[in-house]
Amino acid sequence: MSTQTVTHTPAKPRTLVDMNWDPITRIVGSLGIYTKIDFANREVAECYSTSSIFRGYSVFMKGKDPRDAHFITSRICGICGDNHATCATYAQNMAFNVRPPAMAEWIVNLGEAAEYMFDHNIFKDNLVGVDFCEQMVKETNPSVWEKAKNTEAPHAADHGYRTIADIMTALNPFSGEFYRETLHVSRYTREMFCLMEGRHVHPSTLYPGGVGTVPTIQLFTDYITRLMRYCEFMKKVVPLHDDLFNFIYQALPGYEKVGQRRILLGCWGSFQDPAVCDYTYEHMNEWGNAMYVTPGVVVDGKLVTTDLVDINLGIRILLGSSYYEDWEESETFVGKDPLGNPVDKRHPWNQTTIPRPQKRDFDGKYTWVMSPRWYHDGEKSDNKYLALDTGGGPIARFWATALAGKVDIGYVKATGNSVKIYLPKTAMKPEVEFEWKVPKWSNAIERDRARTYFQAYAAACALYFAEQAMAELYAGRTHTWSEFKVPDEAIGCGFHEAVRGVLSHHVVIRDGKIANYHPYPPTPWNANPRDVFGTPGPYEDAVQNTPIFEENGPDNFKGIDIMRAVRSFDPCLPCGVHMYLGNGKVLETHHSPMFGMVK
Amino acid sequence: MAAEMVPYGRVTQRPPAVKDVHIVWITAGLGCDGDSVSITAATQPSVEDVVMGAIPGLPKVHLHNPVLAYEVGDDFLKYYYQAEQGLIDPFVLVVEGSIPNEHLSGDGYWAAVGQDGMTGQPIKTTEWIDRLAPKALAVVAIGTCATYGGIHAMAGNPTGCMGLADYLGWDWKSKAGIPIVNVPGCPVQPDNFMETVLYLLYVAAGLAPMIPLDQEGRPTWLFAKTVHEGCDRGSYYEEGEFAHEYGSPKCLVKLGCWGPVVNCNVPKRGWMAGLGGCPNVGGICIGCTMPGFPDKFMPFMDEPPGAKISSSTIGVYGAAVRKLRSITNSTVNKEPKWRHNRPELTTGYHEPVRQLKERAS
Repeated sequence: MSTQTVTHTPAKPRTLVDMNWDPITRIVGSLGIYTKIDFANREVAECYSTSSIFRGYSVFMKGKDPRDAHFITSRICGICGDNHATCATYAQNMAFNVRPPAMAEWIVNLGEAAEYMFDHNIFKDNLVGVDFCEQMVKETNPSVWEKAKNTEAPHAADHGYRTIADIMTALNPFSGEFYRETLHVSRYTREMFCLMEGRHVHPSTLYPGGVGTVPTIQLFTDYITRLMRYCEFMKKVVPLHDDLFNFIYQALPGYEKVGQRRILLGCWGSFQDPAVCDYTYEHMNEWGNAMYVTPGVVVDGKLVTTDLVDINLGIRILLGSSYYEDWEESETFVGKDPLGNPVDKRHPWNQTTIPRPQKRDFDGKYTWVMSPRWYHDGEKSDNKYLALDTGGGPIARFWATALAGKVDIGYVKATGNSVKIYLPKTAMKPEVEFEWKVPKWSNAIERDRARTYFQAYAAACALYFAEQAMAELYAGRTHTWSEFKVPDEAIGCGFHEAVRGVLSHHVVIRDGKIANYHPYPPTPWNANPRDVFGTPGPYEDAVQNTPIFEENGPDNFKGIDIMRAVRSFDPCLPCGVHMYLGNGKVLETHHSPMFGMVK
Repeated sequence: MAAEMVPYGRVTQRPPAVKDVHIVWITAGLGCDGDSVSITAATQPSVEDVVMGAIPGLPKVHLHNPVLAYEVGDDFLKYYYQAEQGLIDPFVLVVEGSIPNEHLSGDGYWAAVGQDGMTGQPIKTTEWIDRLAPKALAVVAIGTCATYGGIHAMAGNPTGCMGLADYLGWDWKSKAGIPIVNVPGCPVQPDNFMETVLYLLYVAAGLAPMIPLDQEGRPTWLFAKTVHEGCDRGSYYEEGEFAHEYGSPKCLVKLGCWGPVVNCNVPKRGWMAGLGGCPNVGGICIGCTMPGFPDKFMPFMDEPPGAKISSSTIGVYGAAVRKLRSITNSTVNKEPKWRHNRPELTTGYHEPVRQLKERAS
């Protein structure tokens, strides 16, 4: 099993307790996590991730006007809907054979950068941050709280909190100072977003062919003044999180195991370079590699490709535990891609979604999420269908970008094993350089840490994009839209990074209408169930064998380590992971499960 | 009648009629949670203004929203159960997402949250609504999915979903006699929703009369006007100046804007902090607040049929008005001729008669 965590023989006989959490709160969407916990050995033995909502975009988009795709698909997600709208316009641009003016691309890049700045910010410190706040740490690990009170924060001079306990107190919901500050920051970053894309979260000014935003001097003034406030804020936030996360490793030795799984990361690339990107499939490798976040697949710490064509052709949608009928008998829409490569029957271009609601059965079908996999010919194990995860976005983006070593725009630079981020002087703080270095593990803490650094990365990129946009403005090149005709027959694909990871949209147009449309956002990659081969999805995989550090026993168990593992992926389905916390009922004993093995 | 005398320095306003109000929020309709996310952008009032007691006269507010909640799983769902059992009373029920037709889902379900302890099966969203709506002081549908069905209820959908009032009945009233309050928008404009909640809290506190709603259940002060009536590009329309490509600052009706017939205050209010919006910033209005959304506005990027007639009619009048205005505009763009640096005064000023006489003598 390629994606299976190491199955070991427990030291003590297993006593499994059935526990579930449904709904998982402080995420976007409905997720339930069902587990069996081995309190004797202090670890999670089994985990099932389930989503209890079906909406059916791929079904009701059939027959609609292809120009409507970005307006419709934005509604898939209530926190990163604009990523969908953007990705849909990328796919439309390919299908309609249209190349937007450079100004439009800079405006979209500025909007999407603001989305990363906003979204990571609110998720990390208003949603995930609560898992590290005073109230939570006191309730789950009183000894850690005691230690935090006596631990000086190494970067107190940068962020103003003297001890780690002070940071935790500042993260308390609503009453915490830093919690409220981040809510405020989440607002002016959304204002930046609205300047470029009209409204959050479903943009009004994006179109195939460009944008409707009017590029004026005022537009960029309004954006840049806010951006510089954010840069100043990041000079405080990055050291604050480094202090907090380093403390967790130190206070709870072995915490690197929480949420850890094999390094199997996907990134589909973000921020187009208008000088290179013509949206043709034939040149996709070239313009994909020009993106300011490099697309790539990282397997066991090695970058196996940065070619969007490879990435595209490797995508497979598997069933196994999902409430759908298989589409093997349905129509094949795309036999070959425009380069002549064969396209698999299980590729999104050829998928037909046939929902079959039914009772939930954890030994059978138990979720509305399908199982996306990436077929890797070079995989050494028997199973070449890799359960890639996105790590919630930033860790995969950084890992791919760092190893590829291509991005170098003054404010950010990929070095081959790290990513450097430069933020210029702001009102109260001098210039600062941060460096994200490839970590040892793909685990909960490193996913969370990368998120903080990526906020700084997005801000630094925005500084560059704003300069480019204003150069266009000063040169009088203010057109933001290129005309196009909707063809009768066409195919298209868009690749983007939603805030929490890989995003693709695949469209097939026939008779000028949508014949097939399949979007694949990050959370299906992360939250999926056991596939037809028995390979668990990344949440399941990361939670299984997660050690338990929480000091509470079964009777008042909060599952904080599991919550941290799951939330590190930044779950954003309208979907969820259930973990049911029963009353400590013993299910079975002496059980040695074969996780994810084909029975 | 004389106003009630209020002693100086009274500690606070009149105590609210109830001390505590809970807001029980279900996001498990067919939706995207975009409305919950949206309200975190509100500042008039902000969510923390409401829960931290920053608005005078309000009861203490306990918010139970899954996107923001501290609690997880059953610890969170206990509020649903307590509301059902009358243990937290009064409460306002907020429903987000469209309501699927579970007559069509057989043994399974389209939307659910939580697990039934007896059967081990998920608890359907519709079941939660059935349990909670009769106990609520008021029921609010947030966003266009919950109000009227929205995007997930478009033609060809497999779930048969609908708005909350389609599910409970359009003449449904809460136990306090309040009809379903609909705050549409895809997503909801942040301040529109928080202000509606604030109003309902004033009602609960005994400070405000019944919330004024229109026939579609919308607060009248927010939805009585059309997009066009609040749009700063309306004057281009009046002068017959229409954009023919996206990115133009002119009126967008020929590019697919439905503003003239859509009830929404966004161009006037902006999206947040007065910034952003739709046609005012270059985005066609696709009617996302409307019961007919999305089908009656698709394809979005085509000119609305009605706009063809009205825009060509206005063309003739608009061209003439524009011409006349440009003449006047060029006149008012020139300074009066008496502003110069020559050694003479040509402003028309005359010294008072008395001074002239004195000088003469």
